[in-house]
Amino acid sequence: MSNVSLVQRASNSARLRRNLSIGIRLVIAILLIIFSVFPVLWMISASFNPTGSLATQTLIPPNAGLDNYRKLLTSQEFPFWRWMWNSIKISSITSVLSLSITTVAAYAFSRFRFRGRLTMLKGILLLNVFPGLLALVATFLMISQLGDVFPAFGLNTHASLILVYLGGAMGINIWLIKGYIDTIPRDIDESAMMEGASDWQIFTMLILPLLRPILIVIAIISYIGTYGEFVLARVLLKSSEQYTLMVGLQIFAGAQFQQRWGVFAAGALLGALPIMLIYLLLQDHIIGGLTQGAVKG
Amino acid sequence: MTVFTPSVSDKTKTSSPILGLVGRLAFLVVLDAAALWFVARLMSLGYFPFGAAVSMITVAVNLILLIKKAYPLRWMVIGLVLMVMFTIYPIVFTVWVAFTNYGEGHLVTKQQAIAQILKAKYLPASGQSYKWTAFRSPTGEYALWLQDSAGNGYLAKPGEPLLQPQPGEAGIGQLDEKGIPQSIEGYQRLNVLQAAADKTLTEIQFGEAGKTIQIRSPGEAAELLPLYVYDEAQDAMINQETGVVYRNLRGSFTAPGGQSLQPGFIAPVQFDNFRDFFLSPALRGPLLRVVAWNFGFAFFSLLLNFSLGLAIAVLFNDPRFPFKKIIRSLLIIPYTVPALITILIWRGMMNPQLGVINRTMNTLFGWSPPWFTDEWWAKIAILLVNLWLSYPYFMLVCSGALQSISEDYYAAAQVDGASPWQQFRYITLPLLLVAVGPLLVASFTFNFNNFNLIYLFNAGGPPIAGAPTPAGHTDILISYVYNLAFSGSRGINYGFASAITIIIFFIVGAITLFQFRYTRMWEEVSENV
Repeated sequence: MSNVSLVQRASNSARLRRNLSIGIRLVIAILLIIFSVFPVLWMISASFNPTGSLATQTLIPPNAGLDNYRKLLTSQEFPFWRWMWNSIKISSITSVLSLSITTVAAYAFSRFRFRGRLTMLKGILLLNVFPGLLALVATFLMISQLGDVFPAFGLNTHASLILVYLGGAMGINIWLIKGYIDTIPRDIDESAMMEGASDWQIFTMLILPLLRPILIVIAIISYIGTYGEFVLARVLLKSSEQYTLMVGLQIFAGAQFQQRWGVFAAGALLGALPIMLIYLLLQDHIIGGLTQGAVKG
Repeated sequence: MTVFTPSVSDKTKTSSPILGLVGRLAFLVVLDAAALWFVARLMSLGYFPFGAAVSMITVAVNLILLIKKAYPLRWMVIGLVLMVMFTIYPIVFTVWVAFTNYGEGHLVTKQQAIAQILKAKYLPASGQSYKWTAFRSPTGEYALWLQDSAGNGYLAKPGEPLLQPQPGEAGIGQLDEKGIPQSIEGYQRLNVLQAAADKTLTEIQFGEAGKTIQIRSPGEAAELLPLYVYDEAQDAMINQETGVVYRNLRGSFTAPGGQSLQPGFIAPVQFDNFRDFFLSPALRGPLLRVVAWNFGFAFFSLLLNFSLGLAIAVLFNDPRFPFKKIIRSLLIIPYTVPALITILIWRGMMNPQLGVINRTMNTLFGWSPPWFTDEWWAKIAILLVNLWLSYPYFMLVCSGALQSISEDYYAAAQVDGASPWQQFRYITLPLLLVAVGPLLVASFTFNFNNFNLIYLFNAGGPPIAGAPTPAGHTDILISYVYNLAFSGSRGINYGFASAITIIIFFIVGAITLFQFRYTRMWEEVSENV
């Protein structure tokens, strides 16, 4: 009898301890969430604050309105849609082309055996370790020289920026995709070859469909990366109508930041929203791809 | 350690090429013709390294498309070309620039500099000077009406001997009261303003070769001679007026007294840039600070970001924890917003007078940190913002790694009576570090070059007082390099910037090689392929 109550009391106290521990952890979670979310909330609030200035902002602005958005979308000096379009265009072209280059190369690395294969794979890995940023000066000078011959690929063109981005396409993703192709049994290729299929047919009709899930994830990650890149774009693009959104926002933020805070926040929010949505909707896939890529790298 | 198959496997020999032979040859003809033209243009502009790179790439593409053994490379030829052109070539170019004085005062090639210096003229003692009036033809040819001190009028045209015509001769119209023709046949007289606005006028040499007359000022044209003559044997410029010899000294023609002629040109300077980095007394102070902060920043960022990420992962590593999914979604929000945007938002929030953080702290405590003006608070602010930006990544990585640690270890530890801390210290941490070790090194090297954060948050400020080139207390090497190359305020110096770049190369490369060795990654890589 007394034994039963003892056990009960013990289990009661264990449950109490467990609840207490969950409670404490929830409090910590809430503090962390405030830390994480506050800057983003602050940005949202600033974008609806009609006075548009940094000094007068409160978390819940009185007379919240869309003034900043109207200013943002009608201002001559801040061609928001133009910048957004530039960013979307450059990121889309870059991610599609770089994925194509990478996938075809990864197929060759996975299925063919040739002299120097391993050296090349390692070389690609090592090359990626050096951030492209370091060769910024040389890249800038080179693009300016290229522009003297082909103005369409010179400074202040989107084509030059895309070319430089593509120069980094042969990177870590080759390892990632090659890893996936390695897991596809060669029997499939060989039976197709028996029936007279060429390498190219095997690649496009057999391998590519199987790779689709991972390719989509890599394309999205590469899209997000290009969308957020700003150093190269900042150095290569010179005129306002050519800017990507990130360059435009950075330059806009440089001048009279405090007075134009509201408009900046509105632009920042609209610019960040697509990426945030992609992340939050596809978080499991993207995180899987990210950590895998990183661990493999 | 490398295990490559020395020859192409049977499989590739039998496989059909991507393009037929005819198609490839046709493609190569077009490509080679285009490349030839491109290289010729580059060379004619003086861009020799670029031209050489394009030539080599073209040869390589030809080989890849023609040699049967190179068949696998055809699959990646576009990627390889882009990689060599836009990744490897800039690196090689950087190395070359690092050994030159390329930068302000040394931006052009030697030929260009010589051509510019030879344009300088002087008025020899015997030289005649005139008042001038300019005439221009509709087709853009020029003539000058010159008057010497005695009032004699002369007609001067480029490349023709000087004439002393009377009105009516050589198309000369009636002279006005100043002795200047009203008109010259085929030419329009320019008034003083038009002549002053015409930029080409001062460049033109009138009269026959060897006795040319040039405009020196609005009121004077004179028989000028080239001030300098280039002496190839001495590699020196000789001043014709004074006889001073300006010898080529590291890209500047310099007189014994030390003054040098502008412009200078790009010249090799051996290891000077590297020596400056390590030894220059003026640079040493600021550079030491930059390097120390660079390592400190990368180290403390890693420590803070990883610790917080790990702590969160451990705290919430409980499948039955309520709202787990929602909590995770909210916690990764910093990771989902493009960093540029959030860094700028933080900059606004930390604004010393107006930002929400400082306003709140001022109200609560009557004091707030001077995030942008104080050296140490600026550093703390940077670390704080970086923590916010990066801890979600480590949280994700660590919780992934935690799930892969077998429960058996903990069960065994509990049997042995290990405390939670001991379990963490002796089971979780070592196993976790094995899994995420490479990521920690990668994160260190990433932060070592985290240009975006530094540049966007406060551009390296506050400035270090008395630094000979722009440098700030929160500058890291890469942002210091950026200032040297692109700020344009005090002395662009591509050569020195490139030298520092190479030093960063070596630091990052050493860390990476250490990582590869430490994690035995090469072996793993070899096994995987």
